[in-house]
Amino acid sequence: MENVSKKVQTNQYKGGWITPKTAPYIFILPALLLFLAFTVYPIIASFLLSFQTRSGGTYTFSGFDNYVRLFTDPIFYKALGNTFIILIVQVPIMLFLALLLAVFLNSKLLNMRGFYRVSFFTPAVTSLVAASIIFILLLNADYGLINYILTSIGLEKINWLTNGFWAKVSLIIVTTWRWTGYNMVILLAGLQNIPNDLYEAASIDGASPIHKFFHITIPQLKPVLLFCFVLSTIGTFQLFDEPYNLTSGGPNNATLTITYYLYNQGFNFFDFGYASAIAYVIVVFIAILSWLQFKVVKDD
Amino acid sequence: MKSIYVKKSLLHFSLIVGVIISLGPFYWMIVGATNPSGDVLSFPPKIIPGNYFIENLTNLSEAIPIIKALFNSALIAIVFVLASLLVCSMAGYAFAKFKFKGSNIIFSSFLLAMMIPYQATIIPLFQIFGALDWINTYHAVILPQICYPFAIFLIRQNMKGIPDSMIEAARIDGAGEISIFFKLALPTMKPALAAVGIFLFTHQWNNFMWPLIVMTSSDMYTLPVALSTLAGLNSVDYGQLMLGTAISVLPIMVVFLMLQKHFVSGILGGSVKE
Repeated sequence: MENVSKKVQTNQYKGGWITPKTAPYIFILPALLLFLAFTVYPIIASFLLSFQTRSGGTYTFSGFDNYVRLFTDPIFYKALGNTFIILIVQVPIMLFLALLLAVFLNSKLLNMRGFYRVSFFTPAVTSLVAASIIFILLLNADYGLINYILTSIGLEKINWLTNGFWAKVSLIIVTTWRWTGYNMVILLAGLQNIPNDLYEAASIDGASPIHKFFHITIPQLKPVLLFCFVLSTIGTFQLFDEPYNLTSGGPNNATLTITYYLYNQGFNFFDFGYASAIAYVIVVFIAILSWLQFKVVKDD
Repeated sequence: MKSIYVKKSLLHFSLIVGVIISLGPFYWMIVGATNPSGDVLSFPPKIIPGNYFIENLTNLSEAIPIIKALFNSALIAIVFVLASLLVCSMAGYAFAKFKFKGSNIIFSSFLLAMMIPYQATIIPLFQIFGALDWINTYHAVILPQICYPFAIFLIRQNMKGIPDSMIEAARIDGAGEISIFFKLALPTMKPALAAVGIFLFTHQWNNFMWPLIVMTSSDMYTLPVALSTLAGLNSVDYGQLMLGTAISVLPIMVVFLMLQKHFVSGILGGSVKE
């Protein structure tokens, strides 16, 4: 980079080739080269790889074999199912909580808004690995704080991380804890952009707070809510750090997600062709779901 | 009047519950990091910080090169942020302030790439880096994401605010294009660059899957990879583990508390209201 700019400057003094016409190409070149090498090429290469299987040491073209294998692979269905369960259960719970907190924080009655916002956002700067590890300790079946609290109020201990159902619940708890504040901040900014006179006019008409919430807040917030939904959907399909560290995908694949399965196929079994096919299934699902969400909002 | 008081109390009460849930786990991390493993894992558990910090740190350093991991994480994140800010602001400047052939198609492909999940790239990337013998190198983690489309997008939005007349005036004064960028465009962008820089720093500091794949030798581990390895050991010591977690969480938390406005405006892609 240093070299380039030096060379460019000396040329400039000679009245050289760096003019307002050529400058944008020079500015864009480093980004473009990195983009071609580390984004465009890999995207194409993995697409081609998804039609290849390894025999001996080399990959050879094998048509749709990897995709056919996917559709008859029970573990793939399990991983896909787990991902959808989290999508359907976790995302709405999280966005509901985030919206609730955002509405509370936007209330005119509230002071100390900054303190609350910082507190709720703090989990979002924590690495997912660290978050998962803290919760391994909190959710420990024999000695964890959460089971301690449960037994002190007369409830039974729960095998959070070793029971298939509760392991999913644990994963949902960690993900919600980590991401609610992040979404809250986005929603709060959206709320602050709703013009105040809409509420004032409704108040003059005698509308109740609940009525205002459903007839002003929600419709006005729709684009921002959509943004959060799309972001969370993409995030769910990429869920890896939490199940890897919290439960190792277990017990019995109960918390195996689709990206985790891709990782296992790619980097435990080194089956790059099959892993690439899984990657493209993820690409297709994210595209379809994002498109559906946009469509639902538009039709409304 | 009374009903407002009741409402206000309810509001604060529910928010305080939320704060306890948000911040409680960090408190528990500190309790764990400063107590022997046995004291944390007992019934009833010890709930106040202890004085076993030094012992935990000694044991932790013996179990895993945690200080090296801290160094690796910091080095990677800092170099990544500087490189990415330079590359992305140059590109953002070109898109915002120049009309040139191909501008639209290149910008649209950057945006399109934002929608494609990284899973679609990691396997060929691993093959390239393996072929170049770049496994267990810093640039293996740094290079792939330097061109960060979201950063280019944000910087472009902000650069649009620079008046064309200012750039034109500098040209008439005989300033070269490169020096206009470094001496005129970049300085006006400081707040936006801070926001994008912090966003990128957090992203790289917490990055896990890719470093897990390309950093296979323990002295090249970043903090998340080191922690994950430590947590995966058969005989896991929770005192050590929580201390390691604290070492990875506290630096980013301090940065966050100092610069929290920039954090928020980074994810919102612009300015933020109080």
